[in-house]
Amino acid sequence: MNQNYTFRWGLLDGLPICLGYLSVSFAFGIFSTQSGLAIWETLLISMTNLTSAGQLAGVPIIAGGGTFIEMAVAQFVINLRYALMSISLSQKADESMTLPHRLLIAFGNTDEVFAVASSKKKPVGSRYMYGLILLPYLGWASGTLLGAVAGSLLPDVVVAALGIAIYGMFIAIVVPVAKENRPTALCVGVAVILSLLFHFLPLLSSIPEGFAVILSAVAAAALLAAFAPLDAEGCPAFRRKENK
Amino acid sequence: MTENFFLYLLVMAGVTYLVRMIPLVFMKKRIENRFVLSFLYYIPYAVLTVMTIPAIFFSTGNLPSAAAGLLVALLLAWNRRGLLTVAVGASGAALLTEVLLRYIFPLFV
Repeated sequence: MNQNYTFRWGLLDGLPICLGYLSVSFAFGIFSTQSGLAIWETLLISMTNLTSAGQLAGVPIIAGGGTFIEMAVAQFVINLRYALMSISLSQKADESMTLPHRLLIAFGNTDEVFAVASSKKKPVGSRYMYGLILLPYLGWASGTLLGAVAGSLLPDVVVAALGIAIYGMFIAIVVPVAKENRPTALCVGVAVILSLLFHFLPLLSSIPEGFAVILSAVAAAALLAAFAPLDAEGCPAFRRKENK
Repeated sequence: MTENFFLYLLVMAGVTYLVRMIPLVFMKKRIENRFVLSFLYYIPYAVLTVMTIPAIFFSTGNLPSAAAGLLVALLLAWNRRGLLTVAVGASGAALLTEVLLRYIFPLFV
């Protein structure tokens, strides 16, 4: 059948994502090797996961010898947003996206890939999606390798400073939205408080980091979902009528 | 030890993949429940925030450079700078602070 967008179009759309991924994965590569993982382990993680937040959470669990349950639950909660993206993408897919294609394409459904695919005006087919995913995947893998190797070659001072890079990226995602939207800002505030509590209070701080992340994030998100759900347009808003 | 790693990898990649794959394959209907939709909206922001605070303060190995990096990151992000700019800016601030503290200040003390 004729698909709306070609493989080549996918490649073109994927190129900016690829460039962005080179830097994020570079930071991850450094972080992972600094945490004690080998270069090959770091590379394998990136090649099989394709997610920055999940990988960042997973590395300390491996390095610290956390339980497999902790890993599974942490990955589940942290990557939960992909479930929503997949549902959304499913609506956008044309008939060429049969089961075998869905099984493959699901692997590459990252935040950025999803964002671009969603922005297309017409339904997307398998060929376009393959094109869209390919370069970002290569960028993610190569960036990781470069970062993992660079970690041992760059001067200590530089490597230490780069440790903050991946958190910088998280901030770049959260702050602009929180700035614009009060419920989201409140969610962030609650999350900060909970995270600090889990970190510093005597009883709570003995809970493994993976679980602490899950509990704090789920609590903050659930609280806000209850008191400031999405309205008809899909924007978060406090329940009671409030003039902004 | 290596078998342990592959098990971790299997769990990690497996769960990530399943979370992405199952809805794409099975859920052809839209989610209607408002609480679930809202929860799914908030969860990425909650997760990223929890992962950043307080971990960012330990990310560079010393508090002053991390704090400087955080400040710069917040400033740049507030002004809607892109991912790369914020990350590079934060790293740069951390590096500058570290260099100042390690090499420049000792000359005066």
